[in-house]
Amino acid sequence: MPEKTSPEASRSTVAVAAGGAAELTEATVKKADQNKPRSLGQDAWRELRRSPLFWISSVLLLLFIVMAIAPGVFTDADPRQADLRGHYLSPPNWSHLFQADWFGYNQQGQSVYARTVHGARASIIVGICVTVAVTVFGGLVGMLAGYFGGWLDTLLSRITDIFFGIPLLLGGLVTLQAFTHRTVWTVVLGLTLFGWMQIARVMRGAVITQKEADFVTAARALGAGTGRILFRHILPNALGPVIVVATIALGGYISTEATLSYLGIGLQDPVISWGVDISDAQKNLRDAPHTLLVPATFLSLTVLAFILLGDAVRDALDPKLR
Amino acid sequence: MGRFVARRLLQMIPVFIGTTLLIFLMVYSLPGDPIKALFGSKAADPATVERLRHEYGLDKPLLQQYWNYLTGLLQGDFGKSFTGRPVADLMKDAFPVTIRLALLAFGIEVVVGVALGLLTGLKRGKLIDQIVLILTLIVVSIPVFVIGFLTQFTLGMKWKMITPTVQDSMDIGQLAVPATVLAALSLAYVTRLTRTTIGENLRADYMRTAIAKGLPKRRVVGVHLLRNSLIPVVTFLGTDLGVLMGGAIVTEGIFNVQGVGNTLFRAIQTSEGPTVVGIVSVLVIVYLVSSLVVDLLYAVLDPRIRYA
Repeated sequence: MPEKTSPEASRSTVAVAAGGAAELTEATVKKADQNKPRSLGQDAWRELRRSPLFWISSVLLLLFIVMAIAPGVFTDADPRQADLRGHYLSPPNWSHLFQADWFGYNQQGQSVYARTVHGARASIIVGICVTVAVTVFGGLVGMLAGYFGGWLDTLLSRITDIFFGIPLLLGGLVTLQAFTHRTVWTVVLGLTLFGWMQIARVMRGAVITQKEADFVTAARALGAGTGRILFRHILPNALGPVIVVATIALGGYISTEATLSYLGIGLQDPVISWGVDISDAQKNLRDAPHTLLVPATFLSLTVLAFILLGDAVRDALDPKLR
Repeated sequence: MGRFVARRLLQMIPVFIGTTLLIFLMVYSLPGDPIKALFGSKAADPATVERLRHEYGLDKPLLQQYWNYLTGLLQGDFGKSFTGRPVADLMKDAFPVTIRLALLAFGIEVVVGVALGLLTGLKRGKLIDQIVLILTLIVVSIPVFVIGFLTQFTLGMKWKMITPTVQDSMDIGQLAVPATVLAALSLAYVTRLTRTTIGENLRADYMRTAIAKGLPKRRVVGVHLLRNSLIPVVTFLGTDLGVLMGGAIVTEGIFNVQGVGNTLFRAIQTSEGPTVVGIVSVLVIVYLVSSLVVDLLYAVLDPRIRYA
């Protein structure tokens, strides 16, 4: 009866064979030391470091993230303190940098600058949390559908199709209407529920192209379990396109949150949100355009920063575009 | 080809049922009682509530209600809104407006988007390319409602070129500005997408062959390059028509266009279940049919793609 080779044994055979090959080509390897193979991640990082877009967007994002975590760094004015008599719709003082009256006051007599700085938190939290939730959930669905195929794929793909039939904004509206008291987390829930499909499709496609690859067959031959193959071998290789789609979508989620808040079905009063402030400012568009333009500019810059970052990451991760 | 269409039409049925069921369950499991809401702040007479609840079939289990709704839908009956007006009636007023708005936006998006994409793709790296690219980035970053306000503010209030809100929702001339605002985001995407695929295909072997054969430039660009580059663009455009009609919620709100978006938004706010489900069902059909058209267009654009 032939002895069954243990996975360890066969692995060491492979290692020995590889070692032999390495010895044979040692000279070539030494010569090409500078070009030693890099992982996709390292490769992408090298590419990213050289991209001016990446640095511009990173600096912008860092600024907004600091604003979200510690608004006190930028202003010590209270965003909720309203002084109607003194400051009703007073215009901006462009020379008073970083002071409460820098961008003027809104129709409640609240500092537009303070409110805009404090508004970053809601947008950033919604954007990042929805993206993470969507990537995890959509990624899981896509991975299962792509890897197992068959009836599971059919079922999951049809469910994806069904959710795809309802646009994100519409789905968000209907979901959030159900909550009379809405916080950042309800908005995250509403957007995740109707935002995961694109990631699922991208992930499914990526997994299908990866699962027939030789390294998967090799891993299976070495006795790796399904979980190991999926998460250690296929996932890292399929993650590239998913990261790209997720980063670009992040800006879109922030924009959708603001749209929902603007329509009055997103965030509500105790939370300070750019969308709500823009919505409130529309009544005073004629007399005090600054109350609308300032939060709108910050909102647009945040979305822009994430889109630029997504573009830079895509250029870095996709060797075809180089 | 015929068999492919038949198969795709059959595949649409479960997706249509699934989507309408999803939206039905969401709308009807909302907290708050739409019947009681009809009475406003007055105390509702229990007998009347009971009668109305029975009339609208709200006393049956949810899945039974859905089944009744679906069978009604198949006979062209969209049900009655809680105000007593047939939903089909409401839609007859709203859809012509939004179809105009969406088609106008779609036209702008296709013509301007593909033209700009072609221009920038051919002049890659030149000044005009950089300018258009930066403009598309700006448009993509600014949320639609902000673009809407800015247009309304500058064109409508400052320069008085248009009336700030639309007076007659059926007038194409008045719909032009809202349609441009509605198209802006997709227009930017179409431009960028066309630019990318044109850039990729410029380097293809068949392009070199076509130029080497001495074909006139018009023919090389118009027939060889454009036709091969349009497939991803058509994919995007196909799903976009439905998005435009659904996304009109914001634009129609800002410019006071009496279309589907406005009606739908009001219906969502007042928990008008039958209206919401009815409109969404039609939007889903638009979405499904346009994705089928896209699949058929693939074969026209690329004869290698055949449907058995």
